[in-house]
Amino acid sequence: MRGRVAATVAGFGGLLLVVCLVAPLVGSTPISLARAFDRSIPYADNVDAQIFFVARLPRVVAGALVGAALATAGAVLQALFRNPLAAPETLGVSAGAALGAILAITFASEARFGPLAPVPLASLVGALSAMTVVYLLARSTRRPLSTSVLLLAGVALNAFISAMILFVQYLADFTQTYRAVRWLIGDLDVGAMGPIVASLPVLLSAALLILWLPSALNLLSVDADAAAARGVHVIRVQRMAFVGASLATAAAVSLSGPVAFVGIIVPHLVRLVVGVDHRVVLPAAALFGATFLVLCDLVARTLLNPVELPVGIVTAILGGPFFLWLLVRKR
Amino acid sequence: MTLILRRPLRSFVLSLAILAALAVLRTAGSAQAPTRIISLVPALTEILFAIGAGSQVVAVSSYDDYPPEVLGLPRVGALLDPNTERILALRPDLVLTYGSQDALQAQLARAGISVFDYRHGGLADITREMRRLGAAAGRTADAERVATGLEQRLDAVRSRTRGRARPRTLLVMGREPGTLRNLNASGGVGFLHDVLELAGATNLFADVPRQAVTVSNEMLLSRAPEVIIDLRYGNAQTPDRDAWTAVSSIPAVKQGRVYDLHGDQFVVPGPRIADAAEAMARAIHPEAFP
Repeated sequence: MRGRVAATVAGFGGLLLVVCLVAPLVGSTPISLARAFDRSIPYADNVDAQIFFVARLPRVVAGALVGAALATAGAVLQALFRNPLAAPETLGVSAGAALGAILAITFASEARFGPLAPVPLASLVGALSAMTVVYLLARSTRRPLSTSVLLLAGVALNAFISAMILFVQYLADFTQTYRAVRWLIGDLDVGAMGPIVASLPVLLSAALLILWLPSALNLLSVDADAAAARGVHVIRVQRMAFVGASLATAAAVSLSGPVAFVGIIVPHLVRLVVGVDHRVVLPAAALFGATFLVLCDLVARTLLNPVELPVGIVTAILGGPFFLWLLVRKR
Repeated sequence: MTLILRRPLRSFVLSLAILAALAVLRTAGSAQAPTRIISLVPALTEILFAIGAGSQVVAVSSYDDYPPEVLGLPRVGALLDPNTERILALRPDLVLTYGSQDALQAQLARAGISVFDYRHGGLADITREMRRLGAAAGRTADAERVATGLEQRLDAVRSRTRGRARPRTLLVMGREPGTLRNLNASGGVGFLHDVLELAGATNLFADVPRQAVTVSNEMLLSRAPEVIIDLRYGNAQTPDRDAWTAVSSIPAVKQGRVYDLHGDQFVVPGPRIADAAEAMARAIHPEAFP
């Protein structure tokens, strides 16, 4: 087993490494790497260096982190709910982030909280608030949660938050509405390492929680009672899975906006290749999610040169047909 | 013989003259000029007040806030949510609508109410629409006078900047506050592009045939604008300049040529567009305005 995990990590990790090395070298403008790393040119005057360190590197790093977080969250939630349609959006965390972002865009665009821009901060707060609501709902019972109850709670919360978003949009003016729609597409052009660093604490806590889960998820994804009989503390695992996936989603969405498709499809893509064992699926989903999103962003910023597309458009346009092809080929 | 021929001719001419006089009286009479105008387009509201038809306006859109006289007028919704019931209840005789409001236009037509159909266009369309609206509002002469004045002011800006070097200029129409994310700039189409070029600049994105371009950090750095005009309007009050320091290799940033221009006159294609053009020209060519 350990060998399979190692082989998977090596394979997918190698792929990610190659993609992450190539991605910053490609873009809408040709740059000279020698010039970008030439210390004799002051950084303030070095266009190539600024394109590399401001425009490209943060985009690749953000893409890798967001892709990994969303794909892992999707894989965890699909196991938790025993439902192939579960995704990071399912529990309303994404919608909470969107509500936060849109409130900031509409009412608080002048606000400043130290170095943090208002929109990512508000979306993180929105995501964590939505997570808290679902968690409190989930905690209100001592028994293991019925997955259908959690799913329905997610559906209800999603609907409620969506209505709030529409209400805020209704009060907003045109430019605010336009900016909100742009934010909802999802985009990785973060422009600096600052926003990425700011999202790391949440992302790392998510990773720590999810690292405990794979074996228990294997049992849980078959049947909760059987898992309990095999010594799994079902309530605790459910809560850890839920909180871990929610934190990962919150960090990702506050960094990039709700990038579509990665969270629901990458886990399935990975399962088609490596099988269903979560000890393999989770690392593979994280690594391939990262690879997939970095690749999509590479396409997004080069395809329509001189203009660029937001990555959220590219993920589903590229990923949809690819997944259908894989699905048909496997049968 | 001549007498016989002349008499019917004379009476024919006479009756023509009477008809003509009647026609003149009819048009001069207030029966034709609308007295209860509703404007759903802020740019057209500004034009109405500029050409002296403000007293004919009975209601405006929910986005209208200029000139100050409109603040006391009833609101009847806007582009996406016109309140047809309120509009009809105000018994207008002319409603100014945007071109995409076809459902509203059909309802008004069924109610027998005249509709003025309008769409934003280029800079030249502003005075064209001003004259057309003047004719529709019974203010042809006033509209002509105001439109000519506006054209003269724009011509004056054009001739002041003519022959000078045209810096490659980025016109920012919006971005996420505190950052350069989702930065939206003027492409090579629309009145803002026209104003920018009239003010003596070369639009950095003149080659993109769209009104708005979403500009990534990479596009920004590689296109290296010499001047940046950072527009703020609506409720965006405080200048937001720190974000530009991350892209210090851009000539405009390096040479301190990022200009923060604030006000709705920059985004409403109405009579204040000459103010916008003058402000932009001052920023781009300070040497031409000693």
